[in-house]
This record gives sequence, structure tokens and C-alpha cells, in this order.
Amino acid sequence: MNKNNFGEKVLAHVKEYAVTYLFIAISAFFFAVSDQDLSYTVTQLLLRLNRNAFIVLALIIPIVAGMGINFAITIGAMAAQIGLLLAINWGITGTRGILVAALITLPLGSLFGLLIGKLLNKMKGQETIGSMILGFFATGLYQLLFLFIFGKIIPMNDNVSIVGSTGIKNTLNLTGDTDLYMAIDGIVRVNLLTTVYAICGILIVIALVRFFMKKIEKKTMIITVAVSAAIAVVFMLPGVKQLFDGSLSGNGKPTTIPFVTWVLVLCLCGFNAMLMKTRIGQKFRAVGQNRTVANASGINVDKTRIIAIMISTVLAGWGQIIFMQSEGIGTFQTYSAHEQVGLYAGAAILVGGASIDRASNSQALIGTFLFHLMFITATGAATRLFGDSAIGEYFRAFLSYGVIALALVMYAWRGVKSAKRAKRER
Amino acid sequence: MDSEFVLEMNGITKKYGLNTVLKDVTLRVRPGEIHALLGENGAGKSTLMNVLFGMPVIHSTGGFQGQVRLEGQDVKIHSPMDAMTKGIGMVHQEFMLIPGFNITENIKLNREISRPWFVSKIIGKDMELLDTPAMKRDARLALDSVGMKIDENELVSTLPIGHMQFIEIAREIDKTGMKLLVFDEPTAVLTESEAAQLIDVMKSIAARGVAIIFITHRLEEVMNAADTITILRDGQLVTSLAKTETDMSELARLMIGGSGSVSRVSERETNIDPTKIAMKIRHLAVDQAGEATVDINLDVREGEILGIGGLAGQGKIGLPNGIMGCYPATGEVELFGEKFELNNAKQALSKGLAMVSENRRQVGLLLDQSIEDNIVFSAMQVQNDFVKGPFKLKDSKKIRAHAEEMVKELDIRCTSPTQASGTLSGGNQQKVCVARALTLNPRFLFVSEPTRGIDIGAKALVMQTIVDLNRKKGITVVVVSSELSELRSVCDRIAIVTDGVVECILRPDSSDTAFGLAMSGVDVEEGELAK
Repeated sequence: MNKNNFGEKVLAHVKEYAVTYLFIAISAFFFAVSDQDLSYTVTQLLLRLNRNAFIVLALIIPIVAGMGINFAITIGAMAAQIGLLLAINWGITGTRGILVAALITLPLGSLFGLLIGKLLNKMKGQETIGSMILGFFATGLYQLLFLFIFGKIIPMNDNVSIVGSTGIKNTLNLTGDTDLYMAIDGIVRVNLLTTVYAICGILIVIALVRFFMKKIEKKTMIITVAVSAAIAVVFMLPGVKQLFDGSLSGNGKPTTIPFVTWVLVLCLCGFNAMLMKTRIGQKFRAVGQNRTVANASGINVDKTRIIAIMISTVLAGWGQIIFMQSEGIGTFQTYSAHEQVGLYAGAAILVGGASIDRASNSQALIGTFLFHLMFITATGAATRLFGDSAIGEYFRAFLSYGVIALALVMYAWRGVKSAKRAKRER
Repeated sequence: MDSEFVLEMNGITKKYGLNTVLKDVTLRVRPGEIHALLGENGAGKSTLMNVLFGMPVIHSTGGFQGQVRLEGQDVKIHSPMDAMTKGIGMVHQEFMLIPGFNITENIKLNREISRPWFVSKIIGKDMELLDTPAMKRDARLALDSVGMKIDENELVSTLPIGHMQFIEIAREIDKTGMKLLVFDEPTAVLTESEAAQLIDVMKSIAARGVAIIFITHRLEEVMNAADTITILRDGQLVTSLAKTETDMSELARLMIGGSGSVSRVSERETNIDPTKIAMKIRHLAVDQAGEATVDINLDVREGEILGIGGLAGQGKIGLPNGIMGCYPATGEVELFGEKFELNNAKQALSKGLAMVSENRRQVGLLLDQSIEDNIVFSAMQVQNDFVKGPFKLKDSKKIRAHAEEMVKELDIRCTSPTQASGTLSGGNQQKVCVARALTLNPRFLFVSEPTRGIDIGAKALVMQTIVDLNRKKGITVVVVSSELSELRSVCDRIAIVTDGVVECILRPDSSDTAFGLAMSGVDVEEGELAK
């Protein structure tokens, strides 16, 4: 490969992932000007990744099916919140309570997804804005449900309703008696360093075994082994190691991660990848790329799109349950917990390099990582630059909306450019 | 039960409302033959195929009369999917391929080979895993049978346009139990060598016993490939004959129709000077989707009415749209000896050009606005006419007076000039478009498809108006129309555009055969050409 060609490729890559690189630069700038220490940043980042990854991954299927960013995942979150409320109301505690909430989310989320899907089928091409407005509209219905129907029509227990008035309490506590706090995160916790070493070790063994069984080529084997070994070595360096082994943290305990939550996130990645290798996955992709052709080959386009939204809505609901129980949350803002779900998840997946018509697991995970890195560092940077941490909140909102706007513009721009290219080729 | 014919469509009649588009048409196709279906635009080819494929447009407009028999059995075809399962396939003119899929995925679209596993046994067939190696094997076989050496893993978006046609064919061949394959204008986007290859592929498919219906307007290809030829005209069957019984000239004549005499609106009293050129067009290429021109060279003489004819999709409509700046164009144009700038609609209007668009309801009129506003709109914008004062406010009095004059002159039937133009009938809407063009005081007028969608009585009036403008005001007029008889009734010369170039220029009284051949891109005898 000659040098010029290489330069062009790098340039094309940077253009393609402009939003991602912009966010890396912003986060690096924020981190440099803030006086936050690395240990705090890393700990916070791990917390937020674990909390948000699932919801962001729930956006992938509708994007593949050509429906854009499903901002209506807020409605999935509402379904989950109804589930949680009922679990608390019935006094089902701990992991059992979470399971009950998840079970309630399944039919509720499917029903909501069906309705959203039917509506979005009537507004093809405008799904992104449509789903966003639907989310706002549904908030009204949700509030009606929590203010009036629960309590007045469906009797609720005193521990969730406002005594002497109507409606559900503003804030529901997940700690204490309900014992829902960290009901998944707390099941099995594993030492981060041990986990990293173990995963690297397993990857190396698998690569070697597959190589000797002649399933993979020598080059792939060497790359896998080298990268895994390098990661393990990096985590053994004293500077990196001390971030996680407890020597910098207040209580002296090493960093642990919630094993079950991460397994759930990995399962969802696996589900997304697996689904794309099935008949329905092929339908999603075909419908996403060209509805006319899909229809002509006998695919039921409307039904396929409804299925995509139903899956996404239910998954987002489960993601919201993971979020609510996760480490550092602990309370449930009854009337507003769902509001920012769509915005933050949508911005996160776009930051990862996804677009209105393309998305993958790795883009979702990288996006969640970068987006929340910005979130954490913004507070520190605002304190240092403006003397007020509240301005960090401003940066968060500003950059979230900004990134969505930028991604939409770049998508439109790319469309114009490819249409021009197609014409030139003719 | 054995039958001589794989497909019989007997006595097919189809009406859209009061409009009869197919009248007692019969089509009989034998197994393993290539059956060419010939006809001008609007002859009923597409409608006949829509009936065959059970398209929703047929069922939602009251169905059709007649009988469809497949291999001797009466059948009812409810939907395109139904047609597919009965063994009727279609190779589309517009490619039905997904660009982001590879060739294999496209060939196997919605007919994927898949393996069940425990999840699919619970949830359903949709969850079955794709068997990619098996799909690739099938795709390879299909590609080989159409003579494509190309790798089945290539993305369709990276392929040249010509290859896509063959992928479509490979997909149809891959379907099991295919008895009849319809090719709709398959050679339109192919190069000459690709077209030759396609004909070979069609012959080899037919040799395996699959019948082919070949829709085309290229007579040379018909003579090369077809065994039997059915010709439709104005929704009626003209004839069905074996290739060996006929030749190209006869086919051309049958396609255009043998009415013989041409009825002229009025003959010209003074002769046109062939050396005085109003518009000189060189190498004009217009990028209008579906009506692109490639390389138009044409001289329009001062004071004449020049007709532009040809089949739909060949580029005749792209010509006026390109010059008026409605679609991107390249080339050189001179207007009355002056150099003329392309891609500038405002300049075109201010230089004394005007156009009555073929797209009356979308481009030609502001449907919610009044008749008078529509009439003066262009003149107000381009020439600052009908405005007064330093702020260029509308001069309502002057507008009203001019509109009333136009209403009288062109006989626009309306309650008042303030009536919304969208509420007028098609013919009166067309007159409002003409009035607007005249308000610009043009020296040169394009009239594109002037009689599309208006009733017969109004058609004659519109044609009469065009002749009057030419004779009384001395405006040079270029009329673009799909209706040949219309062009022959008013034009001095008629240029036929085929495949994006001017095939030849004919006289209004040239023979039907000459017009038919020109529209098929075949050379016409010297004697038939206009001087």
C-alpha cells in the first residue's frame, strides 16, 4: 500500500466517524481542564456503562430495519416503571421483585411496541421525529395513569401512594424494605482485574485451540493472542493496576463489577448478532434498505417493522429496569425517570459512529463509553472553567442535542453526496 | 392435462372507470417460446401484464373480464406473490435489487435456505438460521446459467448497471417450478454487447422449456429473438403472428396503425425559410430521471411548429425541461444566434422562452391560487410586470384587466378570474398555463404533452390554440407529445427522439412504417425524411 492511499483511507475514516472523533476530542479537553483524578473518572465510567449499555443496545434493531433512532424507547421505559411500581406495591422484594417487573414489562412493552409500530407505519420516512413526539405524548398518558387511575380506580397500597391526596408518590425508594436497589448488580460481583486477566487468558486459549483445529488462519490467531496479551500486560502495569486494586479508593477495596448485569449486556449483544443471521434478521435488513424491493419479494414490510419496534420497546424496558436498580441510583423519580432515556441513548449510539440507517453492537458500546465519559468530565471542567458545576449540566444537554442534530445533518448530506455519485457513474 | 399453451389469456377486457384500456385482448404463449409483445405507450402492454400478475391496481379498480388459463387450467391470480407461486416470474425494468446486499442475498431474498434450531421450533420459522453455504451454491448455479462469471459474494451496489439485469434473471431462474418469465424492456439500460448476451440467455432459458414474454420496442431485437409476435394498439389486439411470416417494416406499420390519411388543423400559407434558425441545439444531455437525453442535435427554424415525438422514457420530455432549466443539462444552445446559458430558469424566461409544462398540476400551476394570479405569476417574477410603486406591490387592476382579456381570448371557462385554478377542468387548466406563457410575450414556446389528461373536445381546442399562436403571433413553437396523430395534425416537421438522441426528422405525411421504425431506433429510408 502506498502512503498516499493510506492517507486517503485515514481521512475517509475520520470523515465517516467525525462525530466519534469530535467526542473523543471534547472529552479529552474536558478531562484536561478538570482536576478530576483518573481513578474517580474510571470508577464513574464503569458504573455508567453498566447502567446504560443495555438501553443503547436496544436501539440497534429499529435502525437496521430502516426506522431511524427509536426515541419511543421512552415508552418502553414507562412500561418498565409500571412493572416496578406494581412490584413495589405488591411488596415483592429483591431479585424476585425485579423478575416480576421484567415479566410485566414483556406484555406491556409488546403491546406499546405494537401500537407505536402501527403508527410509525403510517408515517414512513419520519419515524425519528414521530417516535420522539410519541414519547412526549405518552408521558401525558403515563402521568394520567400515575396521578389518577392508580389509587382512584385501581386501589394501591399506602407505601406507594400519597396519603390524604391522590396519585403515586413523587419518589419511590428502592432501598430499604423494597430491597430492589442493586438487586441485579449485587448478585455476583467479581474483581475487575481478575476478570480482565481471565478474559484475556480465555481468548488466548480459544485462539490457539481454534488455530490447531485449523478453524482460523495463523494471522488471526497471532493478532488475537497479541492483543489479548497486550491488554493483560497493560492492566498489570503499576499505574493502571493501582486504579483498580483499591490502593487509591477511600475504603481500600478493589474495584468490582456486577457480573450478572454484564452477562445480560453480552447476551443482548449476542442476541442482536444472532438475529441478523436468521430469516427475520434478513427481513429487517431488506426492509431497512429498500421497502419497495422487500415488498416485491413478498416480505410483509409493515409487519416486519412492527416486530422490530416491539423487540426494541421490550428490550428498552428491561434496560430501564437495569438502570433503576443499578449502583448509585436507588430512587425512582415516578413521573420523570423515563424522560431523558430516548435522548441520551440516541445521542450515545450516534456518538459511537452509528447513523440513521446503520448501527452495530460495537458502535453502541463505544458510543455509551464516550458519551458518558463526556458526562463525567463535563462537571469537573465546568467547575474549573466557570466556577460552577451546574454549568456542566448545561454542557450535557447542549452536547446531547448537538450530537443528534449533527448526525441528522451528516446523514442528509451523505445522502445527497451518494445520489450525486450514483448519477456520475451513470 | 396437457395443453398446447402454457398461458392463455382469452378475451381480456379492462376498464378504469369509463375508460376502456383493454378490449377483448387475447394472448397465447407456448412452452419454450419467446413471445414478443409489441405496442406503443398506452397500447395496453402494462395493463395486460398487471392483469397477469394480479396486481392490486387491477383488483382495486373492479377487476377485469376474461379468462386466464395456465397449462390448460382456469386460474385466478390474486396477487404478485400468488403469480410467483404459480410459476410466473418477472424481470423488472426498474431493478428490484437491494444495493447493500450481496448477490447471493439478493438472489435468495425472502426465499432463504435456513436450518431449524430449538428457538425456531418454539417461536417460528422466522427465527431459523440462514444456511449461507447452501444459498451460495444455489446462487452460483443460477449465475452460471445466465453466463455470469462474477463472484456471488459481491455487493450489488458495486456492480455496473448492466450486470444487475442478469442478477434479476438469475433470481427468477433460481425459483423452482418457473414456467413463464416476463421480461419488461430488459435491454433498455444495457450496452450492445450486454443486450446480445441477454438475448442469448433468453434463448437458453427458453430452450429449457420456460416460456418468455418479451416486452420491448426494439424491432431488431424482436426479429432476432422472438418466435411469435403479438401486437397491441389502443388497447386492442392487432394481430399475433410468427416471426417467419413478417418483417420489420410490417411490424412498424402495425404498431403505429394504418389509418393512412392525416387530418391537418390548417395548412401554412407562407413557406418557412430553412436557413433562419431560431434555436440551435448541440450535444444536449439532460439529466431527468426516466426521460434523460444523451446527445441531442437539432435546429429549430424560425416561425415553424416543430414536433418532438417518440416512446415514453426515450428522452423527448427531457429536451424542453433541460433547456428551460428545470433539470440539470449540459451542451451548447444558441437562441436567435445568441449564446444561451443552460441551467438558469430565470434567464431562460427573460430571454423570451416560455414553456407549458407536461406536469400541469405539479409544475404548471399553483392549484390553490386564483386564475389571475397564475396567469401573471411568471411575468411578475421575471419581468417585474404587473407591479407598482417602490415596494413592487401587486397592481391588482392591471392584473384583473389582463386576466379578463386572456379568459376571453383563450375561452377559459370559469366563474371569474378569482376562481382557484385547481377547481377548473383539465382543458381549462391547460389554457391557464398557455395564458401564463403568453403573458411573458415569448418569441419561442415549448408545449409539452399539451393534451395529457384532458378530454377529446378540449384536445382539439388546445391544438387549435397552438396553431393560432404560431400563425397570428409568429411564435416559434416546439410541441412535445406522445400522441403521434396530434403532432401530425399541427407540425411542420416531427423529430423522433429514441434512446436520448434525435433518430431522424420526418414529415407529417411520412408513412406509418417510417414513424414505427424511427421509434424503434431503426434507420428510415431517405425519401421519408423531412427536408
